[in-house]
Amino acid sequence: MQIQKDKYTRMLHAIAYVVIIGLSVACLLPFLLIISASLTSNESIIRDGYHLIPKQFSLEGYKTVFIFPDEVLRAYTVTIISTVVGTTLGLFFMTMAGYVLARKDFKYRNTFSFYIYFTTLFGGGLVPWYIMITKYLGLLDSYAVLVLPGLMTPFLIILMKNFIKSAVPEELFDSGKIDGAGDFRIYWQIVLKLSMPGIATVGLFLALYYWNDWFTSSLFINDTHKYQLQFYLYNVINSAQFIAQMGAGTGVSLATEVPAESTKMAMAIVVTGPILFLYPFVQRYFVKGLTIGAVKG
Amino acid sequence: MFLMLLPTLIFFLVNSYFPMVGIYYAFTQFDFNSSMFNSKFVGLQNFEFLWRSGTLVKLTMNTIGYNIAFIVLGNVLAIACAILLSELNGKWFKKISQSVMFLPYFVSFVILSVIVYNLFNYDSGFLNTMLTQFGIDPVDVYSKPWAWIFLIIIFYLWKNLGYSMVIYLAAITGISDEYYEAAKIDGANIFQRIWYITVPMLKSTFVVLLLFALGSIMKGQFDLFYQLIGNNGLLYNTTDILDTYVYRSLKVTFDVGMATAAGVYQSLFGFILIMTVNYIIRKINDDYALF
Repeated sequence: MQIQKDKYTRMLHAIAYVVIIGLSVACLLPFLLIISASLTSNESIIRDGYHLIPKQFSLEGYKTVFIFPDEVLRAYTVTIISTVVGTTLGLFFMTMAGYVLARKDFKYRNTFSFYIYFTTLFGGGLVPWYIMITKYLGLLDSYAVLVLPGLMTPFLIILMKNFIKSAVPEELFDSGKIDGAGDFRIYWQIVLKLSMPGIATVGLFLALYYWNDWFTSSLFINDTHKYQLQFYLYNVINSAQFIAQMGAGTGVSLATEVPAESTKMAMAIVVTGPILFLYPFVQRYFVKGLTIGAVKG
Repeated sequence: MFLMLLPTLIFFLVNSYFPMVGIYYAFTQFDFNSSMFNSKFVGLQNFEFLWRSGTLVKLTMNTIGYNIAFIVLGNVLAIACAILLSELNGKWFKKISQSVMFLPYFVSFVILSVIVYNLFNYDSGFLNTMLTQFGIDPVDVYSKPWAWIFLIIIFYLWKNLGYSMVIYLAAITGISDEYYEAAKIDGANIFQRIWYITVPMLKSTFVVLLLFALGSIMKGQFDLFYQLIGNNGLLYNTTDILDTYVYRSLKVTFDVGMATAAGVYQSLFGFILIMTVNYIIRKINDDYALF
């Protein structure tokens, strides 16, 4: 049906297009700047600064990154493994917890829900947590520390619980029990199948957290071979950035002594690459999951 | 069933409940070599020092101030964008712009720091390149504390706009068309329809998001602050929040007693804040209360 537009509607549409296009450009522009910088020759960056379109096209940044591919590849491996292991384990435990807490016939579900929720209200803070992990669990410089602390969050468990509640009708629990299935079997064969959108959303949240994590490395890892990808990048950039900032503060330009600008930018692209590549596929699930969550309230 | 819940219970016991015991460190002069209860007990001395030096007040002001700006501006912008986008018809345009605006949410904060460096670094940053091209003197943003108040807020919005917009868009999709049809017949123009139908209908989504945000008002966005500011002492006055202070005390100055004290203060203050807000909300409207 063709609806005739009045002048107010036209006005609003004009505003909408301007605002949305403007913001979209603002969201995209920084990425273009980095991509462009990674493709510019280093001398050109130092001489002319960063531009939206490379003044002097060059692949030397990427070449430098891959002169010593071992380091980058190792950081990649650490991140990929901790993402896969952490997401799988975390999902397994959290869906299981969500399922138990969603079962109305589980007597202590309110007590345990509060036990989990309370940790978002009050905690010991960063320092006691740090001492706990380093001194009492002895996880300093271990691979386990990259996975364990981020395994579960109350928010995701509650999200999971709500998903299961709305996706799996209660009668299914009962009929499963009548057919002689144990609790775990009901969970494994019925609940998991029916709550796939929820699992996808929670899994994505978790995977994104592990992939982008730099904080854990910065606290608990001294061995550079065990750095996560993001923290590896952070170090590459900051060793140079600090000098550059000092230079600006004192009026002395130290730019020539700073490691190649284009290399840093290429490094950033190499680190972000997989996310940018997967993004179109992943984003669909994310939007769907969030949408379901929001409508359910 | 209890067995299936057990891993989760143990996880929170170790990861969250055990560290609560460590609050004791806040009352000691910490000594890493001796065990927990052998460190010298100093009572409230750590808190007293934080209070006297004015650190606590400054950190609290910054933390809460930024969070309020994030919550207010973030939600207003997200609601505005969601409404504008939902009124447009082009399917492709909607899809693409939504994807583009969601993109920043996916990249790490380390990448964000690269972006900021790329834009503002003194020698070759995009901003200064542009300025010099127009014959204006370059600006050293890294030595201007006031500028970072805006930059931090802008980059927060940049990163989170897409995410919250999707939530509001979903809520808008859930509004029944009948309201709009009825309003149209009554002669309401599009602005009136938005103001009297869409905006009020988003209230419950807004309140839920607001409550979640209030719950973490004393924490909030450590990654953002640390990746943008790092250990640049010039900017602390306007950009130091409780999280960054505690992190620095642990990593850089290794002042464990003080850092724990600041953390305890943060936790306790936040706890009291949430309880108060929850109490008030329950008085006004029980449906919206957190617990």
